Amino acid sequence: MNNFTYVRATDVAEAVRQGGQAHAKFLGGGTNLVDLMRETLERPSVLVDVTGLSSAITDREDGGMLIGAAAKNTAVAEHRGVRTRYPLLARAILAGASGQIRNMATVGGNLLQRTRCTYFYDDDGSRCNKRGPGQGCDAIDGFNRIHAILGASSSCVATHPSDMCVALAMLDAVVHVTGSQGERTIAFADLHLLPGNHPEVETSLSPGELITAVELPALSFAQRSTYRKVRDRASYAFALVSVAAAMEVDDGVVKGVRVALGGVAAKPWRALRLEAALTGRPANEESFRAAAEAELADAQPLRHNAFKIEVAKRTIVAVLAELAGDRL
Amino acid sequence: MSIKEAAHAVMKKAVQVAPDKWMPGATPDPLIRQKHGLIGTPVSRLDGPQKVSGTARFAAEFPLERMVYAALNYSTIAKGRIRELHTAEAAAAPGVVLVMTHLNAPRMTRVPLFGSNAKAAGGDDLPIMQDERIHWNGEPIAVVLAESQEQADYAKSLIRVAYEAEPSVTTFEVAKASSEQGVFQGEPLLLEIGDAEAALAAAPHKVDVVYRTPRHNHNPIELHGATVAWDGDELIVHDASQCVTHTAWSLAQVFDIEEEQVHVTSPYVGGGFGSKTLWQYQVLAAAASRLAGRPVRIVLSREGVYRIVGGRTLTEQRVAIGAQADGRFDALIQTGVVGMGRHNNMPEPFMLPAKSAYKSGTFRLQVEAARMDMVGNTFMRAPGEAVGTFALESALDELAVNLGMDPIELRIRNEPDKDPTSGVPFSSRHIVEAYVAGAERFGWNQRNPKPGARREGEWLVGLGCATATYPYYRMPGGVARITLTNRGRATVSIAAHEMGMGTATTQTMVTADRLGLALQCVTVEYGDSHLPGVVLAGGSQQTASIGAAVTAAHDALITELLKLAGKESVLSGLDSEDVIGRDGYLCDIHKPDRRESYVSLMARIGREQITVEGTAPPPLEFTHWSMHSHGAMFCEARVSGVTGETRVTRFLGSFDCGRILNPKTAASQFRGGIVMGLGLALMEETQFDERKGRIMNPSLAEYHVPVQMDVPEIDLIWTDIPDPHAPMGAHGVGEIGITGVGAAVANAVYNATGTRVRDLPITLDKML
Amino acid sequence: MSVNINGLSVDLPSDARVSLLDLLRDHLDLPGTKVGCNQGACGACTVLADGERILSCLALAVQYEGRSVTTIEGLTVEGSLHRLQHAFIEHDGFQCGYCTPGQICSAIGMLREVQRGVPSLVTEDLSSRSIALTRDELRERMSGNLCRCGAYNGIVEAITEFAETSK
Repeated sequence: MNNFTYVRATDVAEAVRQGGQAHAKFLGGGTNLVDLMRETLERPSVLVDVTGLSSAITDREDGGMLIGAAAKNTAVAEHRGVRTRYPLLARAILAGASGQIRNMATVGGNLLQRTRCTYFYDDDGSRCNKRGPGQGCDAIDGFNRIHAILGASSSCVATHPSDMCVALAMLDAVVHVTGSQGERTIAFADLHLLPGNHPEVETSLSPGELITAVELPALSFAQRSTYRKVRDRASYAFALVSVAAAMEVDDGVVKGVRVALGGVAAKPWRALRLEAALTGRPANEESFRAAAEAELADAQPLRHNAFKIEVAKRTIVAVLAELAGDRL
Repeated sequence: MSIKEAAHAVMKKAVQVAPDKWMPGATPDPLIRQKHGLIGTPVSRLDGPQKVSGTARFAAEFPLERMVYAALNYSTIAKGRIRELHTAEAAAAPGVVLVMTHLNAPRMTRVPLFGSNAKAAGGDDLPIMQDERIHWNGEPIAVVLAESQEQADYAKSLIRVAYEAEPSVTTFEVAKASSEQGVFQGEPLLLEIGDAEAALAAAPHKVDVVYRTPRHNHNPIELHGATVAWDGDELIVHDASQCVTHTAWSLAQVFDIEEEQVHVTSPYVGGGFGSKTLWQYQVLAAAASRLAGRPVRIVLSREGVYRIVGGRTLTEQRVAIGAQADGRFDALIQTGVVGMGRHNNMPEPFMLPAKSAYKSGTFRLQVEAARMDMVGNTFMRAPGEAVGTFALESALDELAVNLGMDPIELRIRNEPDKDPTSGVPFSSRHIVEAYVAGAERFGWNQRNPKPGARREGEWLVGLGCATATYPYYRMPGGVARITLTNRGRATVSIAAHEMGMGTATTQTMVTADRLGLALQCVTVEYGDSHLPGVVLAGGSQQTASIGAAVTAAHDALITELLKLAGKESVLSGLDSEDVIGRDGYLCDIHKPDRRESYVSLMARIGREQITVEGTAPPPLEFTHWSMHSHGAMFCEARVSGVTGETRVTRFLGSFDCGRILNPKTAASQFRGGIVMGLGLALMEETQFDERKGRIMNPSLAEYHVPVQMDVPEIDLIWTDIPDPHAPMGAHGVGEIGITGVGAAVANAVYNATGTRVRDLPITLDKML
Repeated sequence: MSVNINGLSVDLPSDARVSLLDLLRDHLDLPGTKVGCNQGACGACTVLADGERILSCLALAVQYEGRSVTTIEGLTVEGSLHRLQHAFIEHDGFQCGYCTPGQICSAIGMLREVQRGVPSLVTEDLSSRSIALTRDELRERMSGNLCRCGAYNGIVEAITEFAETSK
């Protein structure tokens, strides 16, 4: 870990001012950033601790909620409103990491987690375009069981590791940010970027921009939602595939459906094709399967991860069937 | 066969056919008969209070004056040489005390390779930082010492290196093309009885399949580390070690000093499983400490452990069984290849279980080793048996399916009445009883032999079983010292190890019973190379090794007491074998009322304390008898019909491991082995990228070991039948627990789904 | 600039890189808190910060200015073991003892979370205000603490007994 200056921000304005310095980084719970610094994958010269900024979780007049970026994962998951109105968000958070990490990790930090690609982590032993643009990618022909099947490029096949973000993608969350140019909002779908030729650029945040809050819009059928995570051990493991879904069924017909996938791409993967294919169709396994097939039609397997395509489809079908419940 | 091998074979035959009475263990240990002592009672760990309160000091937790912290750099190529090495920036970084590379490291002798000498401890015998050569991807190339760990770690990251790579062998397929006969413990891993291939070809029923197991890493939670200091030419090492004496002797060779000048202590070890031996880090820390003139604390990063501490290697095993319609084996073949480093000798001996597990008309067993440019692979919990039983016991299950026979019945039909390959009698073998009791308790009769027949929601449920087996070993070198005081307290001193097995507690119980003293009157000293004996905590042999040494020391103590007590004592005229200790007294074994207390004897002798040493007899018993532990493992596995995820929901181990000395700690050893077996079955794999010979998941986040949620309540039963030829009637119980688990899980998964996984681990992608 | 460790005020290190874990182990000679991975993957370094379980390896010490940290050493009062420590001994909830301080601190924090009604992934009814500490609830919540010796069954029994006798 390189040496750095540590400053604790007491308000957003100061945080943004401090964060505007060269090689500054915002520090949340540290559960990812401290590890990355120890691995020398991140070398900030200034760390701006933003855990003292807003962690409030408040109801909005439009029926949605606003979660301060400094809110701890545990605080969100145990919040009564989240649990009853956005159960999938609580479940997604609880599916991630461990109790200790959830007590430390902030919402803002969770959004900016970096990939678990083992070639990315292997600082001086492997090539990685994300770590060193232009180096090449050793994962494409290496161990790529955990890698992307959707939206990858010849530069990078890494996946985004967050569970919470999959739920937020499904909910069409809105990210509130503040930078030197002022405040703005970013649609969740636009926050994370696919790798293309520049896997080192992972988000649409401008340099020095600070995530201050995440807004959950009202969604009439969010109460009927869930999150399912598929992994190599029963707990405390990153997702191979995960599915966040909400569905509204009326008279045996899918009236509204939202699905997002985790573990399959460099960003939480919103399954828009699936949603389009399923809306208005009978709520049965046949249409669930057909919609899942449509979503994964363009999936590109690597040597070790073809299984993810089938696992994703089956898990989607199972999750939707569970949500349809006795209405099937 | 070399002259040495021929001589070895002649000796072995002589021991096999010698009369029983010439053998150690011919007379059952008197403790076996004793019914009212501590042995067999559940005693909580004596070191428990220290461990739960955080006051137990582990290797890297000794603060020393002027101590500096170490960080290591590792190579990123598998073979070649260092072309350029830039260390100036690191040396100039804040707090840095020393940067050591091959350019300034002191000249050192190679570490003697484990097995090359009775006290050799080296995982390999490569020169350590002596030249610019690179021998594996991950070899240490520089040591940085600094005033704080943060400074050392940062300075390390400033070192720049360029390599000139040379052709290397890092792919198993290439290495296999020039594989060599494996040699383990001095004997070739090759056994042929009859023409097994012909018998297989002629058999009416057969299986002939290939199983694969990947590399594994031990992953004790305590990182490998040490605190090292020089006092003149004396080297002090607080190490995490399962071989303190071996380490001390080996370090003495490296630094060309006397064995007594190296003092290795290791009172607490945060898990070992075969990995806590002598690797480069202790040598590098000692060398750097000498150069810097400062004590050194070295703690490997988790990545560092993967880079420089070898793990279990990969295996590819063919198992072929030819059988008659009634299940009797005509042929048993288990042959294959394992990966092995170029500078070590550990051909994962997967064929060992098949040597004594089943009767068969013919045998062909062989392990070949394929040399690769990689970190020296080493022993890991039940080396050979853990992965060998996966293949053998899966094949048994496959044959049972083929025959339409219950797999337990198939095993019973091939139960041997003597060792099927050596012909010597078993010392104690009750595997059938273990199966019968286990089947009853587990509800085996509820198993539907038809795969995929039981479904609960999306989960397919199946039951499987497999045999667990591990040999009884005892290595030479057991020496123990007993000191008895005039207050009737005894201290046993032996250079043995406590890594969580419960050794300290159990041996205190055994010694208390042997002497007839209360538990609190006995202390066992261990984990210090200056204590007597050469005792490896490995091969599940430590219990027997300590037991035999303490028996000898005890005999010497009683002889000495009787001699010194003279004619005034009521015990006068008795020999040591005529007396036993009980309730603080020495008693005539035939007339227990004829007795004198230790306190009285010592007063009579007029000494504050008496100290004796005893040396264990040569370990011939396990050649004369076929000595093994056994178990019947039962597993209930659930496989998701949606995701292919497998969860183990019930597990029973039914063991036959001689007398159980302390049911509380033994149960934890059994469970611990089973838990590691669940890891082996379901998730563990060290990813070795064959393009560069580099381990790609050197982390507990990406190398999965079982977590709490993966582990069901594990049920245990045991026969508790003493082995009459083993000290205390006991067998070591540290390794058997992991054996058989891989197959029990795989067989349960087959029963649940009809999918036979022959390639561990059983991850969900293999279940789709 | 100080942090309270087991009731004592301690100066924070001048080097901001020092983790809470290294502050405890290297600077304060409180080695009861263990290092198993230094990257948040094993739970051995678990301590309680204002009563909440956290991983001290991922915590920069400077971030904990003004906070109260309890380590395993702080659970023992005047040489007398905490009841949960006794329960770990009684149920053999460890073998080598290295992950044990983290397990114990984690369990104490975990039980507070249960009391507070924090759900877990295996909690079926997220709207429920009280959580029954079933075996599955306990196992899921303690899954962030690896034990390579495999003492998981004993750990469950020790925590269960402690929880039941604390009601």
